[in-house]
Amino acid sequence: MLIAAGLAILVAMVMATIRGLKGPTIYDRILAMNMFGTKTVLFVAVVAYLYERPDFLDLALAYALINFIGVLAVLQFFQNREARQAARTAQAVPLSGGEQDGASS
Amino acid sequence: MMEMIVDGLSWLLLAGGGFFVLVGGVGVIRMPDLYTRIHAASVTETLGTMLILIGLMLHSGWELATFKLLAILVFLLFTGPVSSYALGNTALLGGLKPELGSQDPSKEGRDL
Repeated sequence: MLIAAGLAILVAMVMATIRGLKGPTIYDRILAMNMFGTKTVLFVAVVAYLYERPDFLDLALAYALINFIGVLAVLQFFQNREARQAARTAQAVPLSGGEQDGASS
Repeated sequence: MMEMIVDGLSWLLLAGGGFFVLVGGVGVIRMPDLYTRIHAASVTETLGTMLILIGLMLHSGWELATFKLLAILVFLLFTGPVSSYALGNTALLGGLKPELGSQDPSKEGRDL
């Protein structure tokens, strides 16, 4: 049953990869990345019991931490990039400059 | 006897977790819209994670590893919805409109 759960997680990882490659927007790719990371944590935990080496659980825990921070950092980056682009287009129009930057951050 | 029950329960939880993870994967591929895809992915991140990790806990018995699994479970249960929320919020702020699958033309492009 451990093998079946591991295979299911692997198939879900492949599906997340397909969505990440296909994804029409950036956010779809970020979603696929997040899902892939969570599935990696689960897969490492399952493999730890499959090979009877529970030390691997530390790796799973560390990976969960890194994955969460990474996803939030990438999201923050794209949010800031959109705010910068909005500010730049607002600067091109001379009537409404400057205000956009403080409001959107 | 007791061991058999715990083993069977562990198998059942692992199978259920694998099933929900698969269902979430299919949903991520087939759903039409980012926001519905977030919904499908959240299923795997909370329900699938919970079932698989509790199944592994029952499989391992009372050890140090059980508490590590519990720590992973608690952490994933906190961070999964948070990252889903952050993703949806960023997409909405970035101007991605939800696809409202309504046949009624008066509801088309409803502002959120």
